[in-house]
Amino acid sequence: MTPTWIQLGYLAAAVCFILALKGLSGPRTARNGNLLGAVAAVFATVIVFFQQDLDHQVPIIAAILVGTAAGALGARRVQMTQMPQLVALFNGVGGGAAALVALLELNEFHEHADVEWFTAAATVFTIAVGGISFAGSLVTFAKLQELMTTRPVIFPGLPVVFGGAFVVAIALCVWIVVEPSLWVGVILALFGLALGVLLVLPVGGADVPIVISLLNAFTGLTVAASGYVLQNTLLLVAGTLVGASGTLLTILMAKAMGRSVVNTLFGALRGGSTLGAATASDRPVRSAGPDDVAILLAYAQRVIIVPGYGLAVAQAQHTLRELVDVLAGRGVEVDYAIHPVAGRMPGHMNVLLAEAQVPYEQLVEMDDINGEFKQADVVLVVGANDVVNPAAKTTPGAPIYGMPILNADEAKQIVFMKRSMRPGFAGIENELLFDPKTTLLFGDAKDSMSKLLNGVKAL
Amino acid sequence: MDESIVWLTFFVLSAFVGVEVVSKVSSTLHTPLMSGTNAIHGIILIGAILVAGTADSTGTLIVGLVAVLLAAINMAGGFVVTDRMLEMFGGPKRTAKSETDGDAA
Repeated sequence: MTPTWIQLGYLAAAVCFILALKGLSGPRTARNGNLLGAVAAVFATVIVFFQQDLDHQVPIIAAILVGTAAGALGARRVQMTQMPQLVALFNGVGGGAAALVALLELNEFHEHADVEWFTAAATVFTIAVGGISFAGSLVTFAKLQELMTTRPVIFPGLPVVFGGAFVVAIALCVWIVVEPSLWVGVILALFGLALGVLLVLPVGGADVPIVISLLNAFTGLTVAASGYVLQNTLLLVAGTLVGASGTLLTILMAKAMGRSVVNTLFGALRGGSTLGAATASDRPVRSAGPDDVAILLAYAQRVIIVPGYGLAVAQAQHTLRELVDVLAGRGVEVDYAIHPVAGRMPGHMNVLLAEAQVPYEQLVEMDDINGEFKQADVVLVVGANDVVNPAAKTTPGAPIYGMPILNADEAKQIVFMKRSMRPGFAGIENELLFDPKTTLLFGDAKDSMSKLLNGVKAL
Repeated sequence: MDESIVWLTFFVLSAFVGVEVVSKVSSTLHTPLMSGTNAIHGIILIGAILVAGTADSTGTLIVGLVAVLLAAINMAGGFVVTDRMLEMFGGPKRTAKSETDGDAA
């Protein structure tokens, strides 16, 4: 039996987690909220050693230290552009840990003859969903890290294979609930892994963030189920919090991208998606050198900058900020238009520009700036593509159809800074590139940006 | 059976709290919020510690220790990376705030 003071400690930690989540949902309280959550987690990790007599304390503490060091080091070292894949990775290992814990619990079942069916059901749920979360997150990681194609991967019969694996997994779950067996549990875990891979493969690059959030909610629910199996209230409450808030967050993100969650996951399977033209088109475009663009910008009255992931990859945010400062010094009115999913995940661009110390007030959200593009003399699109692609409005069947976009096409002039004619992350061509109002400035974003900056300075 | 109802009550109430606390968050904070919730489910670490600490064979101990390792990576990495993001968010904002405070004074 768990001592009362430890149960109270868990209660305190659970309350801290709720406050942490609440803090995270507002910009001013977010950092303290996160710190509170971290303190609660450390506190809970310490008191668990007093819950009951634990063997093997030395190797356990060693494993905690190694894991903490590895996690913290990874988190410190990662570049902000690679944030989404790191979150996916952390989520995956969490799901994997939950599945392993459940397997070990299943292993204990034969010692207690009177395992309730619901406990067994919670255990198999954790094994299967933990496996899905682990494997799905690793595939997500591979997609974001571009270790594999970012476009939907589908093969003939995938729905049948997925459906078949799903049915078998359910059957294995029932088997274990009726007749607990570790080996069936291991097979179930393998099916969970396969399902995770099959679930994420058909998801296109642009929708990957929604999947990370969904898998995050999955892991939360497995932790909640583990809490029931281990009779630990903190795990139950914390896991449920993450499961519920993660589910809501998934829906909110999908809404910001104009998608439904079901369409995100299974859209490619239905064959409705065009999967995009992967090849760069050789239609004529108008391109210009940095000096021409510098003149265009310097003599404009109103400039709107649309930053995208390419900007951050080229590490050109700092030069861009300098350019904006110089333009502002010449009396040009400049704003950044931030699409909710600019970057690789919702809110990612805000993080990336905050890193370059762009003042918060210059970042204008999509709904607030979309009416102003008509008055803009020049829109400078830096390393973005899909978020200004009119196909989202005009082409039903395009992978991004229905996603709200920035109305860059309404401006008087549009300048795209691009490395090549390669399509964006969603893998579709952008009609705006061929618009008569559009000028392309080819080259590495950082290089072009420095030339542009020097050009404007020289005027 | 009664005890199961108590657990179900915990579950349902926690779910409502989870939905309620993030229901009005702006898209600006979606990334840190996702990574923050991600860190919180790293609390599976205490479950991993409990099963590793009661392992009665080398095999189960090894699996338990792997679970502890993975959970610790999830928890520590999640909180640190969230803090790193929020630190940058807070930076310019806080200066702006202290400036206005200064003006008022």
